[in-house]
Amino acid sequence: MGEQIKIRAQIKGDMTDIRILMQHPMETGQRKDDKGQTLAMHFIQTFTVSHNGKTMIEGQLNTSVSKNPLFAFKARGIKVGDKISVSWQDSAGDKRQDEIIVS
Amino acid sequence: MFELRRKLLKGGSVAALLSPLLGTGLLVPTSVLAADWNRPAFGTRNIGDALKAYGNANTASESPDIVISAPEIAENGAKVEIEITSNIENTRSLAIFADKNPMPLSAILEFSGPALPYARVQLKLAETTRVRAVVKTLDGKTHVAFREIKVTLGGCGG
Repeated sequence: MGEQIKIRAQIKGDMTDIRILMQHPMETGQRKDDKGQTLAMHFIQTFTVSHNGKTMIEGQLNTSVSKNPLFAFKARGIKVGDKISVSWQDSAGDKRQDEIIVS
Repeated sequence: MFELRRKLLKGGSVAALLSPLLGTGLLVPTSVLAADWNRPAFGTRNIGDALKAYGNANTASESPDIVISAPEIAENGAKVEIEITSNIENTRSLAIFADKNPMPLSAILEFSGPALPYARVQLKLAETTRVRAVVKTLDGKTHVAFREIKVTLGGCGG
């Protein structure tokens, strides 16, 4: 179970800015620790952003996405009270899902 | 099996018939099914092959309607923020490549419903490189835009 996904949605008229912070090491498999041991590759492979249960963004990522990556997206027609949920799955099979109600 | 599921679900009337299968794990509600990770395209180690593996992105036409905004010089390659807007109608997906990264394809994003074809992402860049955004439209056309980013300190090793 990964760390909490932080989701923020800000309605500006018809448009909504959505920011998503996925807390994850996003290890490339190329870095070494203090003892010279290679750190195993470990990164988020897929994620989904849903609006009221319907998929609106599907993402696939590589190791080259930064550690604890912050994403920003835009959507049209999202209303107060709508539900936005985000889930990810990483290369180790770990999963995490979180949701917010737009306020 | 997905092919079959789609066919089965086309006729709404059979939905009731299939509902007992939901509990067996044979049929999973679409919302929890993330897209399959495109292993061939992500694992490819040079830009030419990565573009081909992603689906003919090597023949994409350059478009001024894809706007990439990113720093000209990134001091730290571990976190470089790149913002991409597609002003191309019917944009279905956006893929981001960093030509000189060990594995050039960084992210694929697919948009539907209320989502607009816009994304801000944070990438690791190994060295000074050209970044390209490849847009695919609903009618199957492919477009591309480029942006050069200078990297002072690479973000992949360490």
